[in-house]
Amino acid sequence: MNVLIYLIPAALFLGALGLVAFLWSLRSGQYEDLDGAANRILIDDEEDP
Amino acid sequence: MGGIALDKPDAMSGRNLHDLGGDCCAGGAMALAAASGLQADYHSFLDADPTAFVQKDEQGNAMLYLLVENMHCANCIKNIEGALSSNPAVEEARVNFSTRRLFVRWQEDLEAAADLLKPVIALGYPLTPYNPEMMQSASAEEDRKLLRALAVAGFAAANVMLLSVSVWAGLFSEDMGPATRDFLHWISAMIALPAVAYAGQPFFKSAMGALKAGHLNMDVPISLAVVLAAGLSLSETIQSGEHAYFDASVTLLFFLLIGRYLDKAARSKARSAAERLLLLKSVAATIIDDNGERRTVPVEAVLPGTRVQVAVGDRLPVDGVVSSGRSDIDVSLVTGESLPAIAKIGEPVFAGTLNLSAPLEITTTKTGDDTLLGDIVRLMEAAEQGRAKYVRLADRIAHYYAPVVHILAAVTFAGWWVFGTDWQVALIQAVAVLIITCPCALGLAVPVVQVVASGRLLGKGILVKAADGLERLAQIDTVVFDKTGTLTEGRLDLLNRNQIIEDDLALASRMTRQSRHPLAMAVTRAGPLAGEELEVAEIPGCGLQAIVDGVDVKLGNRDWCGLSEDIQSDDGFVGPELWLARAGSAPVHFQFRDHLRPGAEKMISNLKKQGFKVELLSGDRRSVVENIAADLGIDNWLAQQRPEDKVARLKAMAETGQKVVMVGDGLNDAPALSAAYVSISPASAADVSQTAADFIFQGRDLEAVTESIAVARKSRRLVLQNFSLAFTYNAIAVPMAVAGMVTPLFAAIAMSASSLIVCLNSMRLKRAGREDRI
Repeated sequence: MNVLIYLIPAALFLGALGLVAFLWSLRSGQYEDLDGAANRILIDDEEDP
Repeated sequence: MGGIALDKPDAMSGRNLHDLGGDCCAGGAMALAAASGLQADYHSFLDADPTAFVQKDEQGNAMLYLLVENMHCANCIKNIEGALSSNPAVEEARVNFSTRRLFVRWQEDLEAAADLLKPVIALGYPLTPYNPEMMQSASAEEDRKLLRALAVAGFAAANVMLLSVSVWAGLFSEDMGPATRDFLHWISAMIALPAVAYAGQPFFKSAMGALKAGHLNMDVPISLAVVLAAGLSLSETIQSGEHAYFDASVTLLFFLLIGRYLDKAARSKARSAAERLLLLKSVAATIIDDNGERRTVPVEAVLPGTRVQVAVGDRLPVDGVVSSGRSDIDVSLVTGESLPAIAKIGEPVFAGTLNLSAPLEITTTKTGDDTLLGDIVRLMEAAEQGRAKYVRLADRIAHYYAPVVHILAAVTFAGWWVFGTDWQVALIQAVAVLIITCPCALGLAVPVVQVVASGRLLGKGILVKAADGLERLAQIDTVVFDKTGTLTEGRLDLLNRNQIIEDDLALASRMTRQSRHPLAMAVTRAGPLAGEELEVAEIPGCGLQAIVDGVDVKLGNRDWCGLSEDIQSDDGFVGPELWLARAGSAPVHFQFRDHLRPGAEKMISNLKKQGFKVELLSGDRRSVVENIAADLGIDNWLAQQRPEDKVARLKAMAETGQKVVMVGDGLNDAPALSAAYVSISPASAADVSQTAADFIFQGRDLEAVTESIAVARKSRRLVLQNFSLAFTYNAIAVPMAVAGMVTPLFAAIAMSASSLIVCLNSMRLKRAGREDRI
């Protein structure tokens, strides 16, 4: 069972990574305009010359 | 074209639900069509004084926050942002489509705010600057805090559950040594304790607040259960005991936070809708000073005695007396009368009414809060305060539930102790009772139903504005309607089109094209668009006059057209009418009528069939109201009701124990909307009424009223079902907990299962909605 010593921290680290990513996305305002995000995908990119 | 212009996008949510995809915007055409007047929009933007709202960031760039109207779709976002970013002075331009707001950052030394934003207004998007500090109330920050707590609780719940499953597996297979188990417990503790300390705060704070005030609320047993479960598990872990409830305490928090977040989101959505309305109400007045010069000033700066100029098509900013000019005034918003009133010199006119046919000059008598409009708002506030505060179902249940839970836990502790066990074991059993009775399912029962129901109503264009609106609507037994604009379209239409010769109608509609008088507009709508414009003189209170092919043609009321009383149309028509008179041919009679909204008759008969009492309260004249009531089969009606009469009538009904839903749209209905048990407004209603109403429906169909009531009743049924499911679960689990049979595994399964069942049951409302549509 000694393998747990590595595996559990590894699992927790990955989970914490997800949590941090969510908190970052929250802080950077990605949940403030959900309708807008849904509509913006319909806007064509400006054509590069 | 006409259809689009009439179908103004809902000012309330700013969202036109039915055209988010398809028919909108070849380059923002919808917005352009819906804009009332580009020039007027630009002036009202200038009047709102945008420079006062400009802020500076660290780099010295100017920042401005604006509310945007008429936004429909992706193209609108692109148009607005495109128009701004093409300006070299602009550093950043970002539209928030959900809240209909715009943020611009630019170099102010290159471009003034007004010039910068003019192109956007020219595209048909009226703008109103606002102060973000005023808007971003504490609620937005609280929403974020709750979401962060939810994330932390979710992370902890997932990971602790992972570890707990290993412990349970070890218990069953019996090959996990105590050392490994303790190790897993310690790791769980390290995750769970900080998570509980952080994510539990919303509950702890509310519980402390309640205790300080000497109350018990649902958060007290929740906090106790979570804290005790965590503390007890920690002491078990230290003593290397077998049972730890870390998973129970964090999953509990996670589920409850979901419920809390849904609830909060519904409430802040309702609030932001109301905020928008208040901010959009910026009015300016054109005053004439002693030298005869005209200036535009904010309406608050107008003093009694000042002369105010009111252009055709403008709303009157103040109460006053007409000092020069003569015009027709649309008073429907204030009194509910469908025909305009004539304003002559010396007659009093009121703020909020609409000037239709000629420029007026009025001498101000009252301003601001003293105007009739201000009176109505005050009446509304008074009615709101007078209304008994509604206690939500969940809170009422919590009121009884919390003491019962605490007594039960205390009894368990005492019982085990008396029957000779250790006080520690007794405490463990008492905590188990608290954990198992923790109102996890109860916390989800209402919010989930609320969200599903609001979603279903939103799909039909009905906006639930008050968070507890659905609960109140489910209890009503009487429906009270306003007439103008609610049961009827609030718009006159030509009734006898078939009896009028095509040429006469064409001639009449050529004359009426420029006029804003409701009867003239009805003729324009009915007539063909062809034919050249005529030189028309509009004589307020009389009619329209033009010379066609050398013949004098008049379109107006009977007396003015020179017709005697005895020329009658054969059908004995009573109601709004116009006559077309010219030398050498017989006068033509135009008859008008305010049409009923589609679905009005069906709705009334449906409501009556379902056993609701239906009543009509109108400010209009007796004969008109009587006719409409007879047509719709409404037996109880009252005409010529002033706003305070309506409130008094509603209060009288409330005193006899009736629960009334008021459906109304006018300014004169606003106090009644606040006084009623629950209220519904169409999206075409006056701003104040929309603010007062609990529900807003879009579109013209009155079916929305029956639909709202049906959904409200269904959701009430589901909420009650959810509660009884939660209680059934408690009835089984609590005796087991008292008897000491609850292990951490059992607690985890029972709690998650009850929450899941409640959520699934709530989803049935969604499925029922889909079946209806097929």
